[in-house]
Amino acid sequence: MNLPKLPTKRTRRELLKMTPLLGAAALFLPSSRDWLLEHGVGLSDRASETTFRSMHLAPTFSDRAVTALDQFPLNSYLQDDPDVDLEAWRLTVEGLVQHAGEYAIDTIRQLPKITQNTRHVCVEGWDVIGNFGGARLADFLDRVGADPTARFIEVSCADDYYESLEMAAARHPQTLLCYEMYGQPITREHGAPVRLQIPTKLGYKQAKYLMTLRVTNVLQAKRGYWEDQGYAWHGGL
Amino acid sequence: MERFEHPSIIRLCHWAQAIALAVLIPSGLQIFDAFPSFGEKVPQKDLFEPPGFTMLGGWLGGALQWHFTFAWLLIVSLIVYIVYQAISGNWRQVLFVRRDLAGVWPMARYYFFFGPKPALHEVYNPLQKQAYTVAIGLIGVSVITGLALYKPVQLSALVWLMGGFRLTRIWHFAAMCGLLAFIPGHLVMVALHGWSNFASMWTGWKRAHDESVS
Repeated sequence: MNLPKLPTKRTRRELLKMTPLLGAAALFLPSSRDWLLEHGVGLSDRASETTFRSMHLAPTFSDRAVTALDQFPLNSYLQDDPDVDLEAWRLTVEGLVQHAGEYAIDTIRQLPKITQNTRHVCVEGWDVIGNFGGARLADFLDRVGADPTARFIEVSCADDYYESLEMAAARHPQTLLCYEMYGQPITREHGAPVRLQIPTKLGYKQAKYLMTLRVTNVLQAKRGYWEDQGYAWHGGL
Repeated sequence: MERFEHPSIIRLCHWAQAIALAVLIPSGLQIFDAFPSFGEKVPQKDLFEPPGFTMLGGWLGGALQWHFTFAWLLIVSLIVYIVYQAISGNWRQVLFVRRDLAGVWPMARYYFFFGPKPALHEVYNPLQKQAYTVAIGLIGVSVITGLALYKPVQLSALVWLMGGFRLTRIWHFAAMCGLLAFIPGHLVMVALHGWSNFASMWTGWKRAHDESVS
C-alpha cells in the first residue's frame, strides 16, 4: 500500500477528522431533522412508485390458508359503523370522467366479479389472508369514462376518512371495489357497502365506506387521513 | 511508528453504518411496538414492550420516517463498503476465512480466560475477523429482510424464499438481536484499547506502541 506521509500533529488531526460528528449532531435540531426525514420518506416514495410493477400480481392463496372472518382484525379510525344508509347509498363520481354522477351499487355489481384470497398487510406489522369479492376498479373507471391519462384517484368515506392513489395502483388488476368478504355482502364493520381492496398496498390505503371517487391530475392538500399525519403516501407493498 | 490501517472509504462507511444503526435499531423497536408479536393479530399475544428509552420516533408514523430515511444510508454505505473491499483487496484484512478458525480459541482464551497472548501477524486477530464478518453479514441480512418486508408484493419471490411474511419479520428482528450482541462487545473492546485505536477509525492511522488491536 502507498502510505501517506507520516503525520506530525497527530492529535489535532485526529480531532479535526471528527468534525462529521457535527453533522450527526444536526439531527437533533428540529428544522434540519424535519427536512431530512421529509426528503428521506419522499425518496422512499419515489423509489416505491418507480419500482411498482403494474402487472405483477400479489400472491394469492388457497381457501385453506384463509383466516376465519371472525379473526379478521378491525382497524377503523373513528368507529366500526358510520351508519351508512345501505338502501339509499350512491357512489358519487366526479373529476376527469365523461359520466360524472351518482352510481348505485348495481352498477358495480354488474361489472365482472373478481374473487381473490390475498394477504392484507397492516403498517403495524400484522398480516392476515382474507377472501374478497368485488369489481375491478379499472373496470369501473372505464365504465364511468375516466380520462385514461389522469394520474390519481381520490376517495372520501362516510366516516370522514379519505385517501388517494396513483393510477398504476388504481388500475392494477387486483385492485377491487370490494362489496363481498367470504362470499357474503361486506359487513358494516369491514366497510359496507363498498371498500377499496388493494393487495399491492398497505391497509391504510384501502379505504372503507366509500362515498365519493374523484379522478384528477392534481392531488389536493389533504392526501390521506394517515398520510397527513406522517405515514408515507405511496404505501405500496 | 504509526501504522495505516483504515482507508478513507472504509472509515466513511464505518461511521455511516454506525449512525444508520443508531437510528434504525431504536426506530425499529418503535415500529415493533405497534404490533409486538410474530403471531396472529386476533387474538394478539404480545411478546414484550420495548422500554421507552430504547425507542425513537414517538409513534409508529414517526418511527417509520426515521427508518425509511436511514435505511438509505445503511444500504448505500453497505454497497460502497462491499464494492470497495472487493476491488481493493482490503477484504483480506477483515474477512474471516477457514484458516482463521484455528486461531479463534487461543484468542478467546486470551480475552476471557487469562490465557497466554497469541502471536499476532495481521491487523485483526481471528476473533475480530469473525466478529466483523458476522456483523457485516448481519447488516446484509437486515437489509435484505428489510427490503422484503417493505415490498412483500414486488419481492414476493424473496419473501417466499425466506419462508413467508411472518418468518421474514422474525429474521429481520433476529438480525437486529445479533447486531445488539455485537455492538456492546465492540464498544467495550474499543474502550479497553484506548484513544489511539479509537482515533484510527477517524484518521486511518494508529500509533504503533499500541500494537494490540480491537
